[in-house]
Amino acid sequence: MTSTQLFITVALLACAGFFLGKKRAAIMRDSSGSHSSPGIRPHSTPVYYGFWVSLWAVIPALLVFVCEFVLKRFGHVPFSFRAGVAWEAVAVTSGIVCVIIAWLRLRPETRARNHIETGMNFLFMACATIAIFTTLGIVLSVIFESIRFFKVIPVQEFLFGLKWSPQVAIRPDQVGSTGAFGSVPVLAGTFLISFIAMAVAAPLGLMSAIYLSEYAGSRLRAWAKPCLEILAGIPTVVYGFFAALVVAPQVKAAGEILGLQVSSESALAAGLVMGIMIIPLVSSLSDDVISAVPQAMRDGSYALGATKAETIKNVVIPAALPGIVGGLLLAVSRAVGETMIVVMAAGLSANLTMNPLKAVTTVTVQIVTLLTGDQEFDSPKTLAAFALGLLLFILTLLMNIIALKIVRKYREQYE
Amino acid sequence: MNTACYTPESTIIAGVNVHLHDTGDVNEDVKGLVSSAEDYTTVGNPFVESPRMKCREVSVDYSGKRAVFGVSLDIARNEVIAMIGPSGCGKSTFLRCLNRMNDTIPGCTVSGSITLDGMDIYDRKVDVVPLRAMVGMVFQKPNPFPKSIYDNIAYGPRIHGLAGSRSELDALVEDSLRKAGLWDEVKDQLDKPGTMLSGGQQQRLCIARTIAVSPEVILMDEPCSALDPIATARVEELIEELRDNYSIVIVTHSMQQAARVSQRTAYFHMGWLVEVGETDQIFTNPRHKLTENYITGRFG
Ligand SMILES: Nc1ncnc2c1ncn2[C@@H]1O[C@H](COP(=O)(O)OP(=O)(O)OP(=O)(O)O)[C@@H](O)[C@H]1O
Ligand SMILES: [Mg+2]
Repeated sequence: MTSTQLFITVALLACAGFFLGKKRAAIMRDSSGSHSSPGIRPHSTPVYYGFWVSLWAVIPALLVFVCEFVLKRFGHVPFSFRAGVAWEAVAVTSGIVCVIIAWLRLRPETRARNHIETGMNFLFMACATIAIFTTLGIVLSVIFESIRFFKVIPVQEFLFGLKWSPQVAIRPDQVGSTGAFGSVPVLAGTFLISFIAMAVAAPLGLMSAIYLSEYAGSRLRAWAKPCLEILAGIPTVVYGFFAALVVAPQVKAAGEILGLQVSSESALAAGLVMGIMIIPLVSSLSDDVISAVPQAMRDGSYALGATKAETIKNVVIPAALPGIVGGLLLAVSRAVGETMIVVMAAGLSANLTMNPLKAVTTVTVQIVTLLTGDQEFDSPKTLAAFALGLLLFILTLLMNIIALKIVRKYREQYE
Repeated sequence: MNTACYTPESTIIAGVNVHLHDTGDVNEDVKGLVSSAEDYTTVGNPFVESPRMKCREVSVDYSGKRAVFGVSLDIARNEVIAMIGPSGCGKSTFLRCLNRMNDTIPGCTVSGSITLDGMDIYDRKVDVVPLRAMVGMVFQKPNPFPKSIYDNIAYGPRIHGLAGSRSELDALVEDSLRKAGLWDEVKDQLDKPGTMLSGGQQQRLCIARTIAVSPEVILMDEPCSALDPIATARVEELIEELRDNYSIVIVTHSMQQAARVSQRTAYFHMGWLVEVGETDQIFTNPRHKLTENYITGRFG
């Protein structure tokens, strides 16, 4: 029996259990109170009894599945029975037995409704647990691989080294084989580009949100908002070649008019396009929080003789600030994590510079280049990707924590 | 904004004859009589000597649907005038006309004329911003800004530049809070958020905030409907004190409250001003059938 078949069998069993339980409860309900059989009225509606019985088809199968997984993965199966078939047989038979018992033991006093409530509780808890443990698993695996990396390259060199050139010899007899793994230039590039992107997206996005939610008429809003949101639907690859083929040459040309030296791949071009990409994210999130500020706040301000702009500046924005900061943070993580635009428009060379007219590279781009092509899995070059990932993770985490602190401090609570 | 010219002569609106004279009783001939329930002509004298605000033939439409029909009413100096009437009869709508808060509602048009100290407030040239400082408003639900108590009061003076220095502003904040009878309760926690106060305190904070920009008229839309009896009594006391310096228009659903705080009472019905008169007279001897029905608790 394959697992698909097992799944279908259990599902059928559950269905059968549902109808049997429901039927029985319906009969109990109909006969209760009549003079011939003065039974008690069932505690719950028949549907709940149906679900309750079908639950007993699923629970044993799940338990058996978990046991099988744990034993096979971590322990030794004590009996020498042919694993596959036997486990599935156990699952199905125990399911059938449980359904029958549940069906037979179904009484009017059975509190099916409350049992289903408990079942629901477990279901939601399981989903939350899966989400949390997956995250935890990813973080742990990144940490362990990074530790392997730090065994080869010292932590301080990785954190404070000013040179990034991860070319390591694949064969030991190659020359010029020791790579440099200083993460500073890569991080600097990341921050430079994210900063440029946010400098574009934050004011434009926020102000367009204010315009759309406070000033624009409902008819204008009806088509302007979707238009803005179309920007969010454009794949990043499109932005990437737009940046590389349209914006970068323009930036170069504009720079030359001003007498500036601009390389054909520049942080500025990538940052500008990335900023445009994030505008809809910032504006739609801010728009939501601005619209959520109660009208009573605005009325109070207008009634004191404030103008619209004063009301927005002094009342609406402060009240919406936590949400706006949250939206901006999301936008920052989007910018930090963006890869495609940077690969195409900002280049791969890890220059340590704060000059936005030079080519720079970012953490995500380096991770991509480290892991593409044939690699030895445990070479420092490959493991460096994990270290970079860990660094990125820690930095965004810190950023979130700091931002949360700021938000909590300046939050102006409205009812 | 569609601002019609006021003509003191009789005008026909929606088929009902409205006779207006600047002085004298409108329906002298029906004194002592009870008008029929179908007649919405204003009973009683809506006009006073040297009024602070004059409303003439004020009608309000919400996207074509009329909510207030040709209301003419004066608001005297240093008086509390109460507006009563069944729900949906246009009290709030009329009240919002007095400081042009209706401007913020899309589709709302006001016609007729309203003057404040002789100035037509719906005139094109009038700037609504200082107008709203002169005609302040307190809302049904206390709506303090999510700022500190101090900043709530200082908000209006700051945007109007009423205080030259920090110490002047401090004095103004203290003065407003004292007038609103809140100073002793909050003087040690001026930097705490205004939303932290109790409902009654919040409402007095909102009144203090309105006083801080030294208005001439204060409009109150059911200011006590979210408050308990003790907080209500406190606010009513405050209204009584404020009468020395301001004209107050209060909308209320509580007839006891109207009787306690007001000198004149206006009864609205289905968008019409049906009766207006001295509060004592309205509650003891209403002259319109509809008023009588309403204050005695009979409807229809
Ligand atoms: N913003 C609006 N848009 C459209 N119609 C409105 C609006 N506000 C009020 N109305 C309508 O105008 C009429 C008068 O409403 P208003 O709020 O002035 O009544 P009210 O006397 O204050 O009632 P209540 O005592 O319940 O507060 C009602 O029929 C209402 O439906
Ligand atoms: Mg109202």
